[in-house]
Amino acid sequence: MNFNKIVEMNDISFKYDRETVVENIDLTIEQGQFLGLVGPNGSGKSTLIKLMLGIVKPDKGDVKIFGKPIKQFNQWEEIGFVSQKANSFNSGFPATVLEVVKTGLVSRIGAFKFFNRKHKEKALEALRTVEMEEYANTNIGELSGGQQQRVFIARALVSDPSLLILDEPTVGVDAKHVTAFYDLLGKLNQDKGISLLMVTHDIGTITEHATHVVCMNKTIHFHGASEEYKEFDDEDLNRLYGHSVQQLTHNHDHEEIRP
Amino acid sequence: MIESFIQYDFLQNAAITGILIGLVAPLLGVFIVVRRLSLIADALSHITLTGIAASLLLEKRVTGINELNPIYMGMVFSVGGAILIEKLRKLYKHYEELAIPIILSGGIGVGVILISLADGFNTDLFSYLFGSVTAVSRSSMWTVLGITIAVLTIVILFYKELFVLSFDEEHASITGVNGRWIHLLFIVMVALVIASSMQVVGILLVSALMTLPVAAALRIASSFKQTIGLSIAFGEFSVIFGLISSYQLSVPPGGTIVVIAILVLIMSIIYKKVRSQLYIKGETV
Repeated sequence: MNFNKIVEMNDISFKYDRETVVENIDLTIEQGQFLGLVGPNGSGKSTLIKLMLGIVKPDKGDVKIFGKPIKQFNQWEEIGFVSQKANSFNSGFPATVLEVVKTGLVSRIGAFKFFNRKHKEKALEALRTVEMEEYANTNIGELSGGQQQRVFIARALVSDPSLLILDEPTVGVDAKHVTAFYDLLGKLNQDKGISLLMVTHDIGTITEHATHVVCMNKTIHFHGASEEYKEFDDEDLNRLYGHSVQQLTHNHDHEEIRP
Repeated sequence: MIESFIQYDFLQNAAITGILIGLVAPLLGVFIVVRRLSLIADALSHITLTGIAASLLLEKRVTGINELNPIYMGMVFSVGGAILIEKLRKLYKHYEELAIPIILSGGIGVGVILISLADGFNTDLFSYLFGSVTAVSRSSMWTVLGITIAVLTIVILFYKELFVLSFDEEHASITGVNGRWIHLLFIVMVALVIASSMQVVGILLVSALMTLPVAAALRIASSFKQTIGLSIAFGEFSVIFGLISSYQLSVPPGGTIVVIAILVLIMSIIYKKVRSQLYIKGETV
């Protein structure tokens, strides 16, 4: 789909019960960007994604996807989503990798139509992209966490989305696979032209790979190019979003740090 | 055996009904088990009993109603129970399983009162509880055939939606699948299949036909389609040999069908154990 601005969020606020989780957020995702969304635990990152996907409705502000108000938007196959919870599925579920990946095509196929050979080919192609093709007929529960993560990315890729949203995808993936994982994302962004939005704790690593960074803690504290962000010193960061995140920047070699 | 089959209509009714439910009960059972809703089948079968009791009472107390086939009232109650469970699950969002004991005990409680009022504690009731090879009427058989066709059509038409909902509800909602409607349609199908199966396997054992073949298939299958295929194969095997031995031994078919299904389950557990042992040995050699 050709539209320069994939997501536009204008002045979004949201409360859970009485607690404000997201406040006055303006965020635009443009075609071709690899955007890293960072912030400490409980900073509203996952909620922002839910607002973007229409899973929860904002108390204030509006969301547009490909220029359309979210209520009218129905081409969900344009957006691939890999949830934080993707890995916590019932691992005893009797499904093969191929069967799981094909579910990514459900909205593209539409109601009252069936899976066919073409869809199988499409799913295998997505598995090839994430280098998991040889596991197509393996039971999903038999794979390692990192391999499952790749399968869920294939499921998100299979409908040829313009934007891929990943919510903390490296949690639970061991450190040596994280590098390979970022290489895969780079390949998707540069070779396939897929825009990416990745939610993460790991500021150090994301600034190495993403083109743009957004730092949030209820509100947006920084939004700009990764290069610009890297020039900040600790004092700037302190001002930006408090000490809890600064700690992260010092420890970015660690796989997972909870401030 | 074959002679009596040709000679007696009731045996044909029981056999054909048995084969039909041997197909649809495990088919829906696969979706029930993977969604961890196994106990819903139990709750619905118990509320079906209430429907049967109500039907017996109506037949007895209201003049002008005679020869009421209890299967229809059973279905009405079962579907009503299914919708009620969904309502309760929404009411108790954080205790979703609470809906099951509420409906289960409510069904039995009201059922016992109605049965007692209808003076229904007799052999008829026994056949509803544990199944019977003689009690299936021709009209019930046609009803079950209709339900089988409906269930097959719906599962085929909504296979991919049912699968996404079973595997990952959150992902289903993002892909635009209307989970609420499909779930409701599904649970109504379950209710109808339970009421249909009751005559052959009995209320107390209906849920076994939905879960035991699936439990056995889960040990062996690696794909979802394989799980469905094996579950149906195990279900049919249990029903067919269960009915034959029930007739030969003059015991209720509910008992024989469940015992055979349990044997199949044990075999599948052993098969899996042996196979993985051999696999480990094969790897080390």
